[in-house]
Amino acid sequence: MVQLTLPKNSTIQKGKHWPAPQGADPKNVRQFRVYRYDPDSGENPRWDTYDLDTSQFGPMALHAIIYIKDNVDSTLTFRRSCREGVCGSCAMNIDGRNTIACTKPLDEIKSKVISISPLPHQAVIKDLVPDLNNFYAQHAAMQPYLKTTTAAPDKEWKQSIEDREKLDGLYECILCASCSTACPSYWWNGDKYLGPAALLQAYRWLIDSRDEATGERLDALEDPFRLYRCHTIMNCTQVCPKGLNPAKAIGEIKQMLVERAV
Amino acid sequence: MRTSYKNVTGLGAAHKGVGHFIKQRVTALALLVLIPLFLFQFLSSFTSGYNGVMAWLGSPFGAAVTFLVISAMVVHMRLGVQTAIEDYFGGTVRTIALLLNGLFALALWLIAVYALIKINFGG
Repeated sequence: MVQLTLPKNSTIQKGKHWPAPQGADPKNVRQFRVYRYDPDSGENPRWDTYDLDTSQFGPMALHAIIYIKDNVDSTLTFRRSCREGVCGSCAMNIDGRNTIACTKPLDEIKSKVISISPLPHQAVIKDLVPDLNNFYAQHAAMQPYLKTTTAAPDKEWKQSIEDREKLDGLYECILCASCSTACPSYWWNGDKYLGPAALLQAYRWLIDSRDEATGERLDALEDPFRLYRCHTIMNCTQVCPKGLNPAKAIGEIKQMLVERAV
Repeated sequence: MRTSYKNVTGLGAAHKGVGHFIKQRVTALALLVLIPLFLFQFLSSFTSGYNGVMAWLGSPFGAAVTFLVISAMVVHMRLGVQTAIEDYFGGTVRTIALLLNGLFALALWLIAVYALIKINFGG
């Protein structure tokens, strides 16, 4: 259900300010406004501001956050792993747009103050760490593996080059959740609507020439909420840090359902 | 304690939605043709005043176009409002709003069709 204002205990308050280190060249100093929330403190979330000397770390947003944790404020909590756009762990909202911090160059951000907050409309575990259990369960519910009835061949399931090419633009998804958490339909009905990431994965298996459970997969998707909450506003496609197009995949699923019915 | 998987899969898929999708698009396409046709004919009949309008609505062609435009529009409206309700409301409010939406659309259609029948066969 739609929720246009934050509940009282989620209203964001003004937090601490961490000034730039002495002797830093003002030309290199940029201000970062970071969302902070500690469930154990019982306090509301707050915006902490950090004035950082950007010459002290690498070019990406993740470098700045790691710098804060290592050198300014070790209590800052966030997820990160590969630091090269493969694992999807460091997805967060940077300067108003969901993306992965490790591939987001700071010089692309023109705003004076760089805001960093967790992925929107998810329960926050701590600081920049959202609870993605629901999101991962939605992916699992898509049964993201080959399903066949025919006895498995001795060696391998063969696929033509053309059929393999149909999976391009789908298999690259790293499940960072940037797309789903950028979608208003997912915000309002995330309990029932599967969201762009899970639906992109569903289409990846629907279109796989080797998979024999196409009808069964379509059955599981035909639902006013699971699939049809998508109204093709394409926020998902706009934010995908891997340049994928979940909106198109959802459109293709709807097309398949029409083909089946008509 | 319920697992996330249990929450996500819930009661399973409703196995409906494609009908809504098709109807919304078919009525949209129909209205694309019907609305300009209806408006052009209906507004043209204004030149002959009240009697002109009644004569057009009372003609087989005028009555057919009006009936089709009203029917397609009411179905399209009901489907569109249903989408908005499902997007923005939850729980009991959603159920009641969906019921009222259906009733409102039906009432609107019945009133319009009754008026059309009265004009054509009311004497």
